[in-house]
Amino acid sequence: MKILVCLKQTPDTEATIKITPGGKGIEEQNVKWVMSPYDEYAVEEAIRIKEKKGGETVVVSMGPDRALEAMRTALAMGMDRAVHCWDPAFAGADALGTAKVLAAAIKKENPDLILCGRQAIDLDQAQVPAYLAEILGLPQVYAASKLEVQDGKASVTRRIEGGEEIVETSLPAVVTCDKGLNEPRYASLPGIMKAKKKEVKKFALGDSGLGASDVGEGGAKSKVVQFLPLPDRPPGKVFKGEETADMVKKVVKLLREEAKVI
Amino acid sequence: MASGVLIIAEQRDGKFRKVVYELLNIGKQIADKIGGPLSAVVVGKGVGEIAKTLGKFGASKVFVVDSDALNLYNTEGYAAAVAAAVKAADPAVVLAGTTAMGKDLVPRVAAKLGVGMSSDTTKIEVEGGKLLVTRPVYSGKCLARVELTGTPQIVAVRPNTYPAAAESSATAQIAAVSADLAAKAKVTQVNKTGEGKIELTEAERIVSGGRGIKDKANFKILEDLAAVIHAAVGASRAAVDSGYATLDMQVGQTGKVVNPTLYMAFGISGAIQHLAGMRTSKIIVAVNKDSEAPIFQKADYGIVDDLFKVVPVLTEELKKLLAE
Repeated sequence: MKILVCLKQTPDTEATIKITPGGKGIEEQNVKWVMSPYDEYAVEEAIRIKEKKGGETVVVSMGPDRALEAMRTALAMGMDRAVHCWDPAFAGADALGTAKVLAAAIKKENPDLILCGRQAIDLDQAQVPAYLAEILGLPQVYAASKLEVQDGKASVTRRIEGGEEIVETSLPAVVTCDKGLNEPRYASLPGIMKAKKKEVKKFALGDSGLGASDVGEGGAKSKVVQFLPLPDRPPGKVFKGEETADMVKKVVKLLREEAKVI
Repeated sequence: MASGVLIIAEQRDGKFRKVVYELLNIGKQIADKIGGPLSAVVVGKGVGEIAKTLGKFGASKVFVVDSDALNLYNTEGYAAAVAAAVKAADPAVVLAGTTAMGKDLVPRVAAKLGVGMSSDTTKIEVEGGKLLVTRPVYSGKCLARVELTGTPQIVAVRPNTYPAAAESSATAQIAAVSADLAAKAKVTQVNKTGEGKIELTEAERIVSGGRGIKDKANFKILEDLAAVIHAAVGASRAAVDSGYATLDMQVGQTGKVVNPTLYMAFGISGAIQHLAGMRTSKIIVAVNKDSEAPIFQKADYGIVDDLFKVVPVLTEELKKLLAE
């Protein structure tokens, strides 16, 4: 079985995000870049399926040179090889443009299962997997908390409001991975050493068969025109060092009279 | 020429999600500004009757895709049905809710139509007849203003962002739409574990516990408080990872994004990953023993004290107040 994982390199969860002057982007210097946390569930799941059923695992990512580090992490965890999609023409791509590039790379691989994270924790859009599935003509399941794969089909559990639903799908399919699916392993030292020698294939515009206007900023149908800081919250009223009952009464009064929420 | 607004009216078991009524409200405001009708699409099995009720909340026309094949949700069939309704309605704007179904369905609809979309949106403005939308990015650490080119402009809206549409005696015209509903992935089973509980993502009020709650059994005091003010009960990742609460209760980056009027955090320090899930709450109350806890910087009201002393008193005070 051939399992393909799409991943994205994002700023670390704890990173401070600073907007560039003019608001067109975020400061990329001094940011710790990592594999988006949901993608770790996808990588872990791919490796576990291979460990059980055999086959091959391939990681694909679109992003500038630094994205290679996130792919090396996936290789160090145990993925077999990588495809690094980058070309200056890809810069500024929206979800649709990104999906076009990934789809072109994935068509050459012909996997049985495509796993992605539920969403990348930068723009938090959760769009690329659906565009990808539509372009490839495949079924999709968003946010798997459990995945069972067997003979050309899969059973996927996903959380919904007030419970969960079980989705039966034929393979190949695009499945996105949620917290609870597994506990991602850490890369071991031998894993890190081996990862350095694993194959990373480059995939550029010429390999994709796409035109420059299909992808990148020119082809984007959804554009961030400006990043904005959060509106300031006025400083709160915090009570301390008084009798519990007195402090509670003050807060209850404020909730009713000032905030008018009770 | 595309005009007006189409709402994707999500239903399960013949009931609309709360966000549908919020979309009808903001949808009407947008339609009035850009011109054209407010319509809705309802997808499912045996949904003809509930579809009619949307007229009372402002939809002038409701497109219905009704089929046995749509009894339970499936991405491909539902996306094909919505796309067919979009073709029939020819709207300038499509609105949907950021729900478990919406997160799966709406990008697929956008993909089918070959257009872009804005996910989990918290503000919609109209400028020069076009939408300019704002949404939290980088786990809510900043905001992005997004421009959508192409028609229709598809926007998924975070629940609880807008008030619900008022009810009137108006009626809607009903139009049946058909589509090729073939699907390779289908929901075969729905397990309801939260029956009777208020859904966190739709809750007006939330009472949440963190590491400070110390034990699973201690959530009982938060449940008692929640019962008094009709709140849902949430938890931080620390509480979930320590086994005090279940994963479906987790509020934060790797859990649910909530948007209530009142969010009360007990024994929650306020890590970035928690703030990502609740920082758009209108009023935040924090109770923590540690006066240095970062949650106090985000709170409108705070009490530095032991939550086990505060919660019972707070429950009693609120009970008295609400009984008045």
